[in-house]
Amino acid sequence: MNLVLHVWRQASPTVKGGFVRYEAKDISDHASFLEMLDIVNEQLTENGEEPIAFEHDCREGICGSCGLVINGVPHGPQHGAATCQLHMRHYKDGDQIWIEPWRAKAFPVVKDLVVDRGALDRIIQVGGYISARTGAVPDANATLIRKEHAELAMDAASCIGCGACVAACPNASAMLFVAAKVSHLGLLPQGQPERRDRVLNLVAQMDSEGFGSCTNHAECEASCPKQISIDFIARLNRDLFVASLAQTPERMVAGAG
Amino acid sequence: MELDSKVPSGPIQEKWDKRKFELKLVNPANKRKYTVIVVGSGLAGASAAASLGELGYIVKCFCYQDSARRAHSIAAQGGINAAKNYQNDGDSIWRLFYDTVKGGDYRSREANVYRLAQVSNNIIDQCVAQGVPFAREYGGLLANRSFGGAQVSRTFYARGQTGQQLLVGAYHALAKEVGNGTVQMFPRTEMLDLVLVDGQARGIVVRDMVTGKVSSHAAHAVVLATGGYSNVYFFSTNAKGCNTTAIWRAHRRGAVFANPCFTQIHPTCIPRAGEYQSKLTLMSESLRNDGRIWVPKEQGENRPAAQIPDAERDYYLERLYPSFGNLTPRDIASRRAKEAVDDGRGVGLLKNGVYLDFRDAIQRLGKSVIEERYGNLFEMYERITGENPYAVPMRIYPAPHYTMGGLWVDYDLQSTIPGLFVIGEANFSDHGANRLGASALMQGLADGYFVLPYTISDYLARVGPTKTDPTHAAFGAVEREVGERVKKLLAVNGKLTVDTIHRDLGQVMWDACGMARSRGALEKGLEAIPEIRERFWREVRVPGRGEDFNQSLEKAGRLADFLELGELMCRDALHREESSGGHFREEFQTPEGEAKRDDERFAFVSAWEFTGVGSAPKLHQEPLSFENVPLSQRSYK
Ligand SMILES: Cc1cc2nc3c(=O)[nH]c(=O)nc-3n(C[C@H](O)[C@H](O)[C@H](O)COP(=O)(O)OP(=O)(O)OC[C@H]3O[C@@H](n4cnc5c(N)ncnc54)[C@H](O)[C@@H]3O)c2cc1C
Ligand code: FES
Repeated sequence: MNLVLHVWRQASPTVKGGFVRYEAKDISDHASFLEMLDIVNEQLTENGEEPIAFEHDCREGICGSCGLVINGVPHGPQHGAATCQLHMRHYKDGDQIWIEPWRAKAFPVVKDLVVDRGALDRIIQVGGYISARTGAVPDANATLIRKEHAELAMDAASCIGCGACVAACPNASAMLFVAAKVSHLGLLPQGQPERRDRVLNLVAQMDSEGFGSCTNHAECEASCPKQISIDFIARLNRDLFVASLAQTPERMVAGAG
Repeated sequence: MELDSKVPSGPIQEKWDKRKFELKLVNPANKRKYTVIVVGSGLAGASAAASLGELGYIVKCFCYQDSARRAHSIAAQGGINAAKNYQNDGDSIWRLFYDTVKGGDYRSREANVYRLAQVSNNIIDQCVAQGVPFAREYGGLLANRSFGGAQVSRTFYARGQTGQQLLVGAYHALAKEVGNGTVQMFPRTEMLDLVLVDGQARGIVVRDMVTGKVSSHAAHAVVLATGGYSNVYFFSTNAKGCNTTAIWRAHRRGAVFANPCFTQIHPTCIPRAGEYQSKLTLMSESLRNDGRIWVPKEQGENRPAAQIPDAERDYYLERLYPSFGNLTPRDIASRRAKEAVDDGRGVGLLKNGVYLDFRDAIQRLGKSVIEERYGNLFEMYERITGENPYAVPMRIYPAPHYTMGGLWVDYDLQSTIPGLFVIGEANFSDHGANRLGASALMQGLADGYFVLPYTISDYLARVGPTKTDPTHAAFGAVEREVGERVKKLLAVNGKLTVDTIHRDLGQVMWDACGMARSRGALEKGLEAIPEIRERFWREVRVPGRGEDFNQSLEKAGRLADFLELGELMCRDALHREESSGGHFREEFQTPEGEAKRDDERFAFVSAWEFTGVGSAPKLHQEPLSFENVPLSQRSYK
């Protein structure tokens, strides 16, 4: 098939970007979306132009590197899949496709379709973990965990940290990302001692990174490649309420910069 | 050069305790006077960096992705082994050790493997404490499954996302230390060379992948945890960025490279849909429990699978291996698939696969059982191929997956360069000529959490907390070399893209040093690779600038190193005149067509020393002895 692409090109964080039109010719139905971009990039290189920068690594929907807004939708038209899992059989000859980076104040553009998602790492660094020093731990079967809790924790833990939730949210909120982390760890007995501080510190860091607040649009859930449920946001809000009653966290971890 | 494995004396069960007791310790108050560089944030690197940070060392950790959490370990699906014996089915440290040595076809070091089995149990404890949501039984205990043909259920798993969950656990530990200020994280920073001062590893030269700035980092020791090199084949199951640069650069600086030709080809990947594709998706091996593998009996068969009657199908694994059938080990299943396709009996549009058929299983068990067992895999397959595997058989084909070879390390995981440690898939240590399923994750975490943090202290205590100095002349010299290489890559400005040349290299490597190897094919490969290398340096086109985010430049630098590594792999394969594990030399097989080891001549580790590009590397041998697992020939007939 032949396609017309309108791709966001931006040389660096500080210069203005814009859409550039490209033609993608002779694309096979079986190619993935990113392979289609590879083919376009090969042609650009052969023509002496700079290829389109986009992020990717595993190409199987698990590393969270890739992420494009395709015709206005983060990760494109396919439900529950990352950009790298999208195949060209979803398109037909002559289609026009608009391709943009994640748009959010907290995710500045690095180049073309690549953004800086370091804010998500910094949120985890202020307490999105269980402090279990290497070696200082009991036998794995010493604590029994109800299967349904383990399963629910796993649902939350399947987050790949791609940032699509932020890109989809009209407020560019990172609430689903934070809620998934808080829920994953808060559902497990091991996560209880730090539960209160964790939610307070993570939410504070999220706010200071410039993410917007959650006003229940649920766009995040719709674009999440792992279909993480917004029920976890309700869970976060409950935790946050309980934790706030006790005021300041026992231990503040400074933003890791 | 004398290769001293430093394996402690005494009974195998006591070696690790003995070594731990002998190791010098660094006084707690002195730990913060030492800086350690960890390159890589996969299971091996993240667990090592976090544990070293907890101990109080100053740690600098590097990765090429935008976040430590995206390292390739994240893609592992199946699970992680441990000798917990939670199922009471007779597992033990000894059995895991035994299986791993035997599975590695007697080309690994017994003492290392025993230690791996010993610490495997600590890993599971550690991960659970971090909150890794492993699968559980209704009673709340951890669940296990049997994996990769093991006769005991020793594999722990988290749905089909075990690697992800383990890596997130290690990433959490790392994030905690970054928050505490003991670890400094450098994402989007690629190591391009190693710096030696007075023969010791003292730092690295890196390129900031956003600004292009080349700079130096100094330390008291350097740890490489940079993963495997399957991408030398261009197409593989590895993430696109996986590369050999860090270990290859260290090799060029004096670290010997062990068993480079020991690579693992995974039998159940989705075949390539076209020339443009390099990343292949792995389908879980568990599918072979219920799927039957076949190809048409006739060449050039064009009917759809359903119209080919049973009498005209060749269920070749069932025919050749009546007792193991479709569950023969990875290397055998792979080789037989290649034979069928080479024989013109491949299936699919490009005739580049074999069928994995669930028709009979669906008839026997019902669709719902199959759906319950493999639903998510079937969905993934359909998403990629557009074909519904409940209705038409899956197509599969082998693809490069894992590299057992890597930098040579002693029992302390130290390379032949003092102060340079190598962990995870990047070293050669534990899997011999073939890795068992669910053992790579185990090794990465064993090295990072439970081995390296001890052994590195011995080295640090011996060198002492002398001042590190990134302005030392040695750094300047390497920085200049790196800068010049970047300039050279950009200056060629020929007509060929990096991928075009990589595809050529991959084809040569696959033909010469893939699933089946022979003297003739390897000699041809050894002629072709230097030509491709020359073509690369004469005709490659790398657009853009060095002082910028430039993915073409990154790819070109990695390919330049693969072009040197490929030659070494072929030399190693040519030299090893036997078949063992993943290394199958056509000249050395039993009358039934099985791999024939030659323990008289080849029970050693081949460790190659770099002597210059295009010049013959020097071979060193580390003899292997098997005192605890008696040598025997495997048989799956
Ligand atoms: C699809 C797939 C499925 C698998 N399934 C299983 C399984 O079920 N069970 C199992 O046991 N094993 C499995 N494996 C194997 C296993 O995942 C790997 O062997 C293991 O995770 C490697 O871990 P590592 O820490 O050594 O390296 P990696 O996870 O590959 O990490 C390498 C790190 O090094 C960094 N790096 C590399 N080069 C540079 C450089 N030059 N400069 C800076 N940083 C650099 C990267 O950024 C990354 O952080 C699977 C592998 C694949 C491909
Ligand atoms: S490239 Fe890894 S999730 Fe898409």
